[in-house]
Amino acid sequence: MILKNNVNRTLSDDLLKELDYKPYTSTEIGNPDIQRVAPKVHVSTGDNKVVKSIEDVVKATVKDGMTISFHHHFRNGDYVFNKVMRVIIDAGIKNLTLAPSSLTGVMNDMVIEAIKAGTITNITSSGMRGSLGDFVSHGGLKNPVIFRSHGNRARAIEHGDIKIDVAFLGVPNADKLGNANGMAGKAVFGSLGYALMDAQYADNVVLLTDNLVDYPNTPASIKQTQVDYVVQVDEVGDPDKIGSGATRFTKDPKELKIAEMVNSVITHSPYFKDGFSFQTGSGGAALAVTRYLRAAMLANKITASFALGGITKPTTDLLEEGLVRRVMDVQDFDKGAASSMQKNPNQQEIDASWYADPDNKGAMVDQLDVAILSALEIDTKFNVNVMTGSDGVIRGAVGGHQDAATSKLTIISAPLVRGRIATVVPDVTTVVTPGDSIDVLVTEVGIAINPKRKDLVAKLSNIPGVPVFKIEDLQKLAEKRVGQPKPLEFTDRTVAMVEYRDGSIIDEIKQVKD
Amino acid sequence: MAENSERLRRTMMFVPGNNPAMVKDAGIYGADSIMFDLEDSVSLAEKDAARVLVYESLQTQDYEGAELVVRVNGIDTPYYHNDVRAMVKAGIEVVRLPKVESAKMIQDLVKDVEAAEKEFGREVGSTHVMAAIESAKGVLNAPAIAASSDRMIGLALSAEDYTTDMKTHRYPDGAELEFARNMVLHSARAAGIAAFDTVFTNMDDTDGFYRETRYIHQLGFDGKSLVNPRQIKMVNSVYEPTAKEIANARNVINAIKEAKLKGSGVISMNGQMVDRPVVMRAQRVMRLAQASHLVDEEGNDIEE
Repeated sequence: MILKNNVNRTLSDDLLKELDYKPYTSTEIGNPDIQRVAPKVHVSTGDNKVVKSIEDVVKATVKDGMTISFHHHFRNGDYVFNKVMRVIIDAGIKNLTLAPSSLTGVMNDMVIEAIKAGTITNITSSGMRGSLGDFVSHGGLKNPVIFRSHGNRARAIEHGDIKIDVAFLGVPNADKLGNANGMAGKAVFGSLGYALMDAQYADNVVLLTDNLVDYPNTPASIKQTQVDYVVQVDEVGDPDKIGSGATRFTKDPKELKIAEMVNSVITHSPYFKDGFSFQTGSGGAALAVTRYLRAAMLANKITASFALGGITKPTTDLLEEGLVRRVMDVQDFDKGAASSMQKNPNQQEIDASWYADPDNKGAMVDQLDVAILSALEIDTKFNVNVMTGSDGVIRGAVGGHQDAATSKLTIISAPLVRGRIATVVPDVTTVVTPGDSIDVLVTEVGIAINPKRKDLVAKLSNIPGVPVFKIEDLQKLAEKRVGQPKPLEFTDRTVAMVEYRDGSIIDEIKQVKD
Repeated sequence: MAENSERLRRTMMFVPGNNPAMVKDAGIYGADSIMFDLEDSVSLAEKDAARVLVYESLQTQDYEGAELVVRVNGIDTPYYHNDVRAMVKAGIEVVRLPKVESAKMIQDLVKDVEAAEKEFGREVGSTHVMAAIESAKGVLNAPAIAASSDRMIGLALSAEDYTTDMKTHRYPDGAELEFARNMVLHSARAAGIAAFDTVFTNMDDTDGFYRETRYIHQLGFDGKSLVNPRQIKMVNSVYEPTAKEIANARNVINAIKEAKLKGSGVISMNGQMVDRPVVMRAQRVMRLAQASHLVDEEGNDIEE
């Protein structure tokens, strides 16, 4: 049996029943009453937490069939994941559910090995790329991967949809009882935002650090009240690969042109006024937007109440300049932003729930005025794909896309075509973020405004130098430039399910046909 | 050639004809003219590929109203004839001939263009031409070159080859180009065609670029050849009229309207007679203001 959800995606009825899922219906969350879960606490005075080896702690905590988690704040400089998984695979443990905040490229080979060994049989993540995405898309994992946004992961943990048995959290410093932060040490990454959920809700919390400091360690993002074990290791990460060094502004004229138009859309919108708030990504165009926005804020004598999300140095520069009053920081994308957190009290570390959990007493994204997001594909219904490539293979992450898209003005900045591939398409390969939450698409040739936002159509239709198109016309223009591709071919087998931020299913990803 | 003298040509952006990404995106930056290059930026091995790419792009891509120019290979190269035939067939607006040193070179080009127009059933006379002046000889013959054909739309000074020919190189103050710039500009003006200044290649020297652009704007050049789309905005900002210039131009235009309504042949403003040059300058100011999004099509201020 098949059925279609409200973004017209065909879902497998059997799978939905088996996994107890509802199809996506709407971006509205409403005001339901929610019961959160609580972790099991193994009581101790905390005097014997320091463990000599990963082997010892794995032996003490991990059993067949458990759910284990990691954070991805070390990104491509992560040593913790591979060290721990090596031990778990070698211990012969089976049928684990892997529930990290996301999976980065350095983890790919180890995950594939663990799947092949039967150690990992289920995965939930924000995303995956490279060889692992390829492996899953070609049917390498029997059970479908569950993709969740950062806010939705927090929701799922609080609901008990993800019940973490053991969280392995790498930190650049910790004391013997587990007070830790991401700001000091060799492999600093700044905000511990995603890991704070694991620390709060996992039954067993294991910290791994290469920097055991004097007790008590402050400021403590992760607290001794949450931690069961502290393991000392040689190195937790490669500082050079955690984030890019100095963020360089793009010189690509096309990216600059898009950024300029994004800026025009923001400054001509009703939200550009003193005290507004915004979230940008870390791509070339997003960073350039920050630069244009700075000039516009100075020219109009406007300051922002807060900048949100994944933070880069250009954003913390605005904080130091006084143009942004608070940075609400769930993760840092570069060294500049990471090191700024320690010295800047107005750069507030926030956890993923505070950032974006829909089932909350108010999350930061609910207060967000402007979000600038990217897209691999966007279709004529404004639905966005940030998950699968033009070959149908998994190569992306939900990240905070669905969450930030609930802002009052959500702008997708994307080129009309990339190389010979159209970005604006009749139907996206995978719906990740529903068109109902997207307001404006900005491309290098002009913008398209979601017709449902009549107020914006009126405000943004006569900006000098910003041509307005119907999104259908942009799609035709893209097709005229690069032609019509042969349709992708998939098998009937579902290799991944994409949840909307409320936990319903917005789309399924099928195995690609070889 | 009224149509030609009115057209804004502030920016002529060079696009290497063998670079698909740049050829595809050339229309998005708002250049007044786009010059696809089949000559110096294309290696010998890629001459045919570039010709085919530009030909196909002219059929399929939308360049949003920019004037489309192609720089063909020199008359003395084996690529020249096929370049001209392919581009005329594709309906290019302007063929730019490099290293022009005499009126005869343009007249030969025009013959080849006309033959191609007939061969491919295009309207005879629909393809315009322009000359790049790149040598001492070219500079000295510029007046004759500018007046060599009624298909001519402009002269462009190319300083790299010219300074080599002059046994010098480029200096920040541009003194070495003074004579050539003025020769090219005067020849163009005398023939009623456009004058393009040479490229400025150091993208890191923004101040130098502005200094040179202000200078050639002051001399009276229509605009500048450009190597990078990022330079377009900078040139346009130099050519952007001031609020005072716009207000003044608007008064002149209103005076013309009033004179027309009254059926009067004499245009007067504040009791003074308005000369034809003033009217023409006012019209150009309004065209520039419109292109810079300072006024709308009716000449009203655009509220920012």
